[in-house]
Amino acid sequence: MRLKSWKELETGVVILEPGNSVLYRTGTWRTFRPVIDMEKCTHCMFCWLYCPDGSILVKDSKVIGIDYEHCKGCGICAYECPKKVITMIEEVKARTEEAK
Amino acid sequence: MPIKLKEICNQEDKIASGHRACHGCPETIIVRQVLHTITAMGKPVIAACPTGCLEVCTSPYPQTAWRVPWIHNAFENASSTLAAAWSTYKHFVKLGKMEDRDIKFVIFGGDGATYDIGLQFISGVIERGQHILYVCLNNEAYMNTGIQRSGATPLGAWTTTTPVGKVLPGKTEHRKDIVGMFVANGIPYAAQAAPHAWRDLMTKVQKAVSIEGPSYIDVIAPCPRGWRFPMDQTIYMSRLAVDTCMWPLYEVENGKYRITTRPLEKKPVIEYLKAQGRFGHLLLPENKHIADELQRKVDQDWEELQRRAK
Ligand SMILES: Cc1ncc(C[n+]2csc(CCOP(=O)(O)OP(=O)(O)O)c2C)c(N)n1
Ligand code: SF4
Ligand code: SF4
Ligand code: SF4
Ligand SMILES: [Mg+2]
Repeated sequence: MRLKSWKELETGVVILEPGNSVLYRTGTWRTFRPVIDMEKCTHCMFCWLYCPDGSILVKDSKVIGIDYEHCKGCGICAYECPKKVITMIEEVKARTEEAK
Repeated sequence: MPIKLKEICNQEDKIASGHRACHGCPETIIVRQVLHTITAMGKPVIAACPTGCLEVCTSPYPQTAWRVPWIHNAFENASSTLAAAWSTYKHFVKLGKMEDRDIKFVIFGGDGATYDIGLQFISGVIERGQHILYVCLNNEAYMNTGIQRSGATPLGAWTTTTPVGKVLPGKTEHRKDIVGMFVANGIPYAAQAAPHAWRDLMTKVQKAVSIEGPSYIDVIAPCPRGWRFPMDQTIYMSRLAVDTCMWPLYEVENGKYRITTRPLEKKPVIEYLKAQGRFGHLLLPENKHIADELQRKVDQDWEELQRRAK
């Protein structure tokens, strides 16, 4: 991302794009990756509720996956899931598998 | 109206991903819960932050994580800043220059900003009776500058300014009873909440923003970085704080105390101490008297709270 020069800045250095922090990929911070066993998920929404990074993806009141662009891999979702259907796997291993 | 997870999970997050808070940060969990509650009520929000973790992590210029109008001002005066915004809004409505959309004004401040540095300005908002909700994200130390002790740090806790060694056994004083101070200040609504108890927290937010006047909710914010525990245990630690009565869940409406959620079984404080590195030294025999003193104070405060809540 190119940074603006001081002449291009808004008056009062106001930021006019709400939520543009999504441009920053906090997913690169991850050492462990949460993986949900969708077959067993009951869509209770606790993982969504307790995720500090809003990274549990939801559609029509159902969990549909994880936003790996932003998930930092803290593991709260796995710790709190009442059904224990989220597993934390090593990011490096997951990526090696993906690259195959 | 009770909040349903199945409904609010379809709302857009008012605090976006990509913020720079640590893995497992409690502050953004709490802010998400507060903003989802007010959004579910159909009300717009204007927010402010004093300096602190939340402010720094959500506003790395030229980016922001906020999807509501938000302003940062200096450590001490976020409350004065938002009070001015609220007064201006009220005035414009009166002049007919703005329609009254029942906007909710919310401040999110750290415990350092709340218990210590911004205290006089918050008490000013309470005295002037301005319709603002102040939410304290209480991680019990000045985390953003590297874990310094605050007026909210509990007795015995290690911080970088209350180190553990030959001279000091961690913090030598108990924390302030800030809710008690605001109640004495005449606040119409004040409460203690915790993020694991989301329904309790959300009900308190609904009440707080619905009354005409200032309100305060102090939310315990277990910080993996500063409290020294694994990053996936943030919510577990919140639960333990309440179950040991280190952090009772209660509210005070017009001076009337009420315990909102009781622990099913009151656990010994030592379980809470064992779980966190900042209290590790309290398990040593020479520091047992500090752990005992914490337990004594917790029991005394719990008795007193139950007496007040009768
Ligand atoms: C007047 C003033 N003193 C000191 C600082 C440095 N400072 C910035 S953030 C911070 C710690 C904030 O602690 P707290 O309010 O508890 O919020 P937390 O970071 O813990 O969420 C300090 C000391 C400052 N910005 N302004
Ligand atoms: S907490 Fe577990 S069961 Fe509940 S929605 Fe998330 S993955 Fe599914
Ligand atoms: S690991 Fe942490 S950041 Fe990732 S989805 Fe789970 S709770 Fe959210
Ligand atoms: S130090 Fe604690 S409160 Fe601050 S961003 Fe990190 S986890 Fe959150
Ligand atoms: Mg703090």
